[in-house]
Amino acid sequence: MPNNPLAEIRAGFFAECEELLETLHDSIAALNVEAPDADLINTIFRAVHSIKGGAAAFGYERLVDFAHRYEGVLGGLRTDHSLITESMRLMLMQASDALEDHVESARGATSPPTEGDSILAELQMQLGQVRDQHDQDDFFYQPVALDLSTLGVETAAWQVVFAPQGSLYSNGNEPLFLLRALRTLGATDICCLTEGLDSGLAEFDPMQPALSWRLSLPAEIVEADIREVFEFVDGLCVLTISRQPRPDPWIESATIEVIQPSPEANPAPSPRQKTDTIPIVRVDLERVDRLMNLVGELVINQAMLAQSVADAGIAPNSPVMTGLEAFTKLTREVQDSVMMIRAQPVKPLFLRMSRLVREAAISTGKQIQLITIGEATEVDKTVIERLTDPLTHMIRNAIDHGIEPPAMRLAAGKHACGTITLKAQHRSGRLMIELRDDGAGIDRAKVMRIAISRGLIAGDSPQNENEIDNLLFMPGFSTANSISPLSGRGVGLDVVRLAIHGLGGRVSIQSQPGEGTVFTISLPLTLAVLDGMIVRVADQTLVIPLSSILETAALEPNDVRAIGSGLSVLELRGGFLPLFDLGVELGFRAPIRHDDGGIVLLTRHEDESRSALIVDTIVEQRQVVIKGLHRNYGHIHGISAATILGNGQVALIVDPTDLLSRPPLPPSDMAIAG
Amino acid sequence: MNDIVSPIPQTAHPTHGTETMELLSFRLGADEYCLDIMSVREIRGWSRPTPLPHSAPHLCGVINLRGTVLPVIDLAIRLGLPGVMGDLRNVFIVVCLGDVQTGLLVHSVSDILTVPRAELTPPPEVANYAEQKFVGALAVVDGRMIRMLNLLAILPDPTTEALA
Amino acid sequence: MALTILAVDDSRTIRDLLKLALTREGIVLHMAEDGASALSLLQDLTPDAIISDINMPNLDGFGFIEAVRRQEKFRTVPILVLTTEAAPELRARARAAGATGWIVKPFDTPKLVRALHMVVGRVD
Repeated sequence: MPNNPLAEIRAGFFAECEELLETLHDSIAALNVEAPDADLINTIFRAVHSIKGGAAAFGYERLVDFAHRYEGVLGGLRTDHSLITESMRLMLMQASDALEDHVESARGATSPPTEGDSILAELQMQLGQVRDQHDQDDFFYQPVALDLSTLGVETAAWQVVFAPQGSLYSNGNEPLFLLRALRTLGATDICCLTEGLDSGLAEFDPMQPALSWRLSLPAEIVEADIREVFEFVDGLCVLTISRQPRPDPWIESATIEVIQPSPEANPAPSPRQKTDTIPIVRVDLERVDRLMNLVGELVINQAMLAQSVADAGIAPNSPVMTGLEAFTKLTREVQDSVMMIRAQPVKPLFLRMSRLVREAAISTGKQIQLITIGEATEVDKTVIERLTDPLTHMIRNAIDHGIEPPAMRLAAGKHACGTITLKAQHRSGRLMIELRDDGAGIDRAKVMRIAISRGLIAGDSPQNENEIDNLLFMPGFSTANSISPLSGRGVGLDVVRLAIHGLGGRVSIQSQPGEGTVFTISLPLTLAVLDGMIVRVADQTLVIPLSSILETAALEPNDVRAIGSGLSVLELRGGFLPLFDLGVELGFRAPIRHDDGGIVLLTRHEDESRSALIVDTIVEQRQVVIKGLHRNYGHIHGISAATILGNGQVALIVDPTDLLSRPPLPPSDMAIAG
Repeated sequence: MNDIVSPIPQTAHPTHGTETMELLSFRLGADEYCLDIMSVREIRGWSRPTPLPHSAPHLCGVINLRGTVLPVIDLAIRLGLPGVMGDLRNVFIVVCLGDVQTGLLVHSVSDILTVPRAELTPPPEVANYAEQKFVGALAVVDGRMIRMLNLLAILPDPTTEALA
Repeated sequence: MALTILAVDDSRTIRDLLKLALTREGIVLHMAEDGASALSLLQDLTPDAIISDINMPNLDGFGFIEAVRRQEKFRTVPILVLTTEAAPELRARARAAGATGWIVKPFDTPKLVRALHMVVGRVD
């Protein structure tokens, strides 16, 4: 049994709220004001209702209060769909945003927001609803005839007469149980009155209650406790509670109407589509992490076993080898499945961003729409969480500096409404996220001026366009002349890059003046395993991701051509590739001549460009378990992570794109190589 | 494989707020230094670190600590002294600052000392700038002067991009 | 013998809280997310009492209770509705559908247990 089950349920409540808020958002978005779908409105109502119910259980009063009023508005729409207008629908979106804020403030015990109240008030007004009176949560009933004249001696015992009526029995109430309950209160002298049967069996209707009971209760019993016993049958019986020293005849004071079934009783519900909810199991994240570590170890062990078996020279067709192959396949499958456990769609992240854009459009007075693509793309939970801040910064930048005010856009021949596109997809074993705006693009002249004035670059060093754009990632860089309401003091993109590097990823920027800017983020899909090529260079063992390697070949010294500034190219099948020595690039050795061989790896980078990378030897191809370095360090150029080899040594995992990121060779140098 | 030379029991007497401190003393060359035992996690025999590219001289590289990749620094170089460099005779002191662990390469570990807090004195003004920054206090034990190191000054700020 | 209760509520949080509160009392609790799946469960299960929410997808509380009451073996099983509404008209509707009683959310655990014990006649 967990130590604090209530805390666990509370955490589950907030998880449930997230799901409900997502449903809420989707349903409001899908609502067609011309032909509103009753089911959708019901779904919206139920989502708010459920949040309210759970919040009430934990005593989050402000949240309950807001949800209750929101629910009231939705109730009005439920009764009359025709009332809904497009502007109301947008207000419902805003109310949902405010509800989300209330949930967050309940979760973090911070002070609740106030903006939502005015939106609800506006909605209530438009729906012609009277503003809520303060709800009494009290369901104490009007007592039936209470004979006040007998109030005298406090020590007089209670007298209770109870006569079931109408549907008391058919609702599952059982007088016997009520009497038992009264007996625990100390009831005595219980007797059954049979006057109802006096009319004789001929007129006796067995379906109507005919018996009644009379009993006494000790004087010290509180009347409220007596009434509590009869709580559920109030209205289904004739009940007299009085203080009388002597039993009274059956009093004719009953004047309660038996409540008739209401005329608009619920008709049989129309058959609805079964909601396709995916069955879910909630698991402790710690357990998942432990499982992933174990699977990682399993992968290492399996690889080492395979190596030992191969080294022992066992015949390829032998049962051992076939068994081992099957084992390898199985391990891979287990590993793939486990990695997907932590994977989630990026949709919640996108929803957060779309809310950001909505609010930003209002506060900046610009017209902006956010298009999202690939919201079902799945990625590790941690990655999603840690992307929120960087993405937020980038979108704020796009809104502040990218998208122009409507008048300017029209003058430039664009739509008044700016578009920001957020796209996520898997590509070559990584998660690619693209943030594109169709705004003004980067003002390169301004960037250069600021960079020079801040001493970030020397005044006369030539920079190509891409280099200028990437200056924005340098610390302390902000082109904001004034403090914008959104970006505040212009949190720089250097913070963004730091966060992305912390995830083992990369971010780059491209821009076309007048047309817009694109941020491209590349992230590892999981933080767990990698197919790698183990190589040796300068007495060090390193790992290169297999997905980056196109070919391997022996290095032919004749194919190497030196071009200016210490750079070389490799001639390959009629073309030229930039050539690098991995040992030199990593600072493990000074440049050497490669007259006596070596291996060259043809590597592919994320922008599809190619390079040739020299190593000394190839050890093997293997799966390795990725161990993060970033916790302790920050970014090391050219290295994405580390792994632990079978012999216990740490080997670094190379990131060729990061290692060799440098501007493309200027055309003139290429000509010399010919 | 290198086994742990000795783990430091974490249920060690809490030193915060008490009158005495427990200090782990160790040698760098001829000099003796010490660290507050509360920041020490374990002592590990030397193993060859995997070097990191383009790294600062005091950063030896990383080692495998029971499945975690642990950065290790040559404490002598960090303090501006001739480096330990490292071989099987030396040890790593694994320290923890916040939630970041680092290994400190030293020549050898000497002892665990119990020193009354009152007897720790602030370091004097010395010509060596490195000592100024890294030594938090001085302790005199059995007539020897032992410099107590200030881990905050020695270890990198985890938020900076590069280990400088 | 332990009480067997069927609880129906589409909110996971409420289900968790009911489980926490009632299993402590030694009650055997079966749960369903909506009326339709609760009706399926009732094909093989004969609980001592049923607790049901009102606002649920597919089949709401009223429809569920009416469907239960139409079955001979459940004509008089005690049914309590769990609701945030204190509104009298909802209670009336619940009663008209055949509910025995009601508990207002946030439920007070001792009160819920007392109400359950009373409607099944197991008062001490």
